[in-house]
Amino acid sequence: MSGIVRPYGDTTGDGMVQLSFTLPVPHDKRAEGAAAQLAAKMGLDNAMIVHAKAIGAGHTFFVVYGAARHLVNLDEVEVVERDYPLLSPKEVNDLVKERLGRKLCVVGACIGTDAHTVGIDAILNIKGVAGEKGLEYYRELRVVNLGAQVAVPDLVNRALKEEADAVLVSQVVTQKDAHLHNTREMAAAFREALPPGKRPLLVVGGPRFDERAAAELGVDRVFSRGTTPGDVASYLVHRIIKEAAA
Amino acid sequence: MTAAPLLPLDPDLVDRARRLAAQAGRPVVDMARGRTTVSVERATLRLAGLTGADPDGIPWVNRLVDAVAEQTGIEHGAALPVFHALARGHHPDLTRLAHASAAGGVEFELPTGRAAETARELARAAVGTGLDRIDAQRRARADMVAEIGDPPQRPWIYLIVATGDIYEDMPQAQAAARAGADIIAVIRSTGQSLLDYVPEGATREGFAGTYATGENFRLMRAALDETSRELGRYVRLCNYASGLCMPEIAALAGMNRLDMMLNDCMYGILFRDINPIRTFVDQRFSRQIHSRAGILINTGEDNYLTTADAVEAAHTVTVSQLLNEYFAHEAGLPDELLGLGHAFEINPELPESFRLELAHALLARRLFPDAPLKWMPPTKHMTGDVFRGNLLDGFFNLAGVMTGQSILLVGMMTEAVVTPWLSDRDIALQNVRYVLNACSGLVEDFHPPAGGFIANRAGQVLGEAVDLLERIVDDGLLNAIADGTFGIMKRPADGGRGLEGVAERADDYFNPASEALESGEGDR
Repeated sequence: MSGIVRPYGDTTGDGMVQLSFTLPVPHDKRAEGAAAQLAAKMGLDNAMIVHAKAIGAGHTFFVVYGAARHLVNLDEVEVVERDYPLLSPKEVNDLVKERLGRKLCVVGACIGTDAHTVGIDAILNIKGVAGEKGLEYYRELRVVNLGAQVAVPDLVNRALKEEADAVLVSQVVTQKDAHLHNTREMAAAFREALPPGKRPLLVVGGPRFDERAAAELGVDRVFSRGTTPGDVASYLVHRIIKEAAA
Repeated sequence: MTAAPLLPLDPDLVDRARRLAAQAGRPVVDMARGRTTVSVERATLRLAGLTGADPDGIPWVNRLVDAVAEQTGIEHGAALPVFHALARGHHPDLTRLAHASAAGGVEFELPTGRAAETARELARAAVGTGLDRIDAQRRARADMVAEIGDPPQRPWIYLIVATGDIYEDMPQAQAAARAGADIIAVIRSTGQSLLDYVPEGATREGFAGTYATGENFRLMRAALDETSRELGRYVRLCNYASGLCMPEIAALAGMNRLDMMLNDCMYGILFRDINPIRTFVDQRFSRQIHSRAGILINTGEDNYLTTADAVEAAHTVTVSQLLNEYFAHEAGLPDELLGLGHAFEINPELPESFRLELAHALLARRLFPDAPLKWMPPTKHMTGDVFRGNLLDGFFNLAGVMTGQSILLVGMMTEAVVTPWLSDRDIALQNVRYVLNACSGLVEDFHPPAGGFIANRAGQVLGEAVDLLERIVDDGLLNAIADGTFGIMKRPADGGRGLEGVAERADDYFNPASEALESGEGDR
C-alpha cells in the first residue's frame, strides 16, 4: 500500500481541511480577500471563507474550508519517542505501591543563591502547572520541598536523612552559568557522600538547561522548558522501579 | 438579585450545618485574635504610608519590620517602636527612618508612659491616612456605580487577562470589557503566593501573569475607569490576596480601589503549603481590610474539585463555603461581599452529570441566598478537543443561568491548550450571550420537585457536609487540616511556610489598624 495520504473530508483523496484564524483587520470585503489569500498560501485549493465575523473594531475571525494540495508520505514520518512511558497519577501510584512497596521519597530544592522557586513549586506543589497537579498530589510519593537558596551540603544531608529516592533541583538564574556550576557542585557532593548504587536519582530542571547535558553535568536527567509534573513523575517511576526490580 | 430558586432542603439540617461551622471556626478566630504576623505589621506600615523598596527590590516595610523584629520583636506590634523612633525627631518621615534603620542607624525600643502615648497618637494619625484613602476609594466606587451604573444582567461576566506585562494587560482588559466582561481578573505571576514580600512597581515580564503590586493595581483601575465611562457600566477589577502577604495585598487593593479579591480561608494552607496559623491570622486581618474597603471576596472552593473527584468531594465544597462564610462574617464582611466559589467539574462521561451539577449549584444558591456566588467553569475535563470544550462550556453557562448564579467566570474552549486568544474569548462570550439571551429567566421556572433526583442529591451532599463538620468540630479545625481532611494534603499546624513570621501578641500589643478595624468604624 502506498504511504502517500491526503486529509479526508468525505471522500478519499479530497484533501479537505478546516481551519480558523484571526486577522488584525476590520471586517470588510478586503479582509475576506486577505483570508482567502492566506489560505491559498497555506496550500489550500478552492478555499471557502464559510464564516467571517468582526471581533471589535480592528480584527476579523474566519473559518475556512479548502483542499490541501500537500501530500504526506508516511514512510518519511520521523518521531522522537520518549524513552519512558507517560503515566497518569493513578498509574504512578499503583506502580509505586505494587513494585516498591513503600512511598517513593522526593527531595526538592533551589540551590545556591537562586531564590526563584517557580520551577520547583510548579513541579512539586499540589497546585501544579498547566492544569496538571504537582507531585504532592501523588499519594504514593512523599515530597520534601526545601524551597529556595538551599546550600548543597544541607541538601545532601537532608536527602540522606529522608533516604530520598530522588533529588529534584530547579535552577532559573543563569547569570555567569550559575545553573551549570551549581548543578555540577551538587552532583559532585552526592558522589562524594554516597557510593554509586546508594545515591538518589539526581534530576535538574530549568528553562535554560540543555536536556542532552545530563552526563556532562553529572546528573541522571535534565528537564527543560515545558516540563510538567507528569513528565517528572513518570520518569522517576520508570527509573526507580526498574532499578528496584533489577 | 433574582429570587432564590426553590429547592426543598431540611431547614434543621441547614441550621445545624451553620452552627457546626461556627463551632469549628471559633477556636481558630480566638487563636488568630491573640497573634500577629510580619505581614500584618507590614500592612500596618503600608497604611501609614511607607512605600518603595531598597536597591535589591526588598520593600522598605520588610526592612523596617525585620529590624523591629530583631530588636524588640513583633509581639508588641511594630507601630509602637517605629513611631517612638520617629517621635525622637531625627528622621522626617517613615521612609527616611527605614533608610536609616537599614543602614543600622536606628535603635528601636518600647516606649512607656507619656512617650508611649505620643507614639500611639502618631501611629493612629498615620494609619488613619491609609484608612482614609480606603474610605475615599470606597466612596469613589459607590459614586461611579451610582453615576454610570452596574451591569444590566446577572450573572456578571468575569474574564481573565494574563499576558505577564501590565501594559499589555491594560488594552486586553479594555477590549474584554468592550466585548462584554463586567469583571476583569488579572492573573498573578506564578509563585507570588510564596514570596514573603510584595514586589514594587509595574510588572513588564511576569511568569504567566503580573505581580499583585500597588502600581499594577493603580494602572489597571485607571484603565478600567476610562472604559467604564465609555461603556456606561462600572467594570470591576479583581486580583488575588492569597499567599504569604494577604494583609499587605488587601491594604494595597483597598487603597487602589480593587473591587474583588480572591481570598480563601484555607487555600494557601492546602494548595501552597503555607503554615495554617500564619494563614488564619493573615486571612482575618486581610478580610477586615476588605470589609472596610467594600471589596467583594472570591473564595477558592473550585480548587477542591480540581484535585479530588467532583462528586465524591462535593460536600467538601459545602463545608469550605460554610467555613469561609463564618470567617468572613466574623471579619465584618456582609453577605453581599461574600463571593463563595463552586465549580462545574464533574466528569462529563458520568451518567446524569448535568443533573448532579444542577443539584450542587442549587444547594449553594439555596444555602447562601444573599451571597454573590461565583460559578467556575470546567477545567479538569477540558482537553484539546475544543469543539467538545465549547459544548461543555455551554452546559456550564446553562447551569449557571438555571440556578441563579451571580458571577460567571467565562470558560474557554481552549482551556488546557493555550492562554486564551482573542478569538477564543470572542467565541466564549458568544456562548455566554446565547445562553443568557435564550433563557436568562429560566431560574423562575426551574423548581426541582421534592423527592426528585436533584433535591435528593442536594440533601445528600448537605448531609455529608454536616457529617464532615461534626468530625471537624470533634477533632478541631487545625487538627482536621493536619490529618488531611481537606483535599488529600496533610498540613500540620507547625509545618509549612511562614510560621517564623507569627508571634503571640504581648499584653501591650498595639496596632492602630487592628484597633480601627476591630471597632468596625468607617462608612459601611
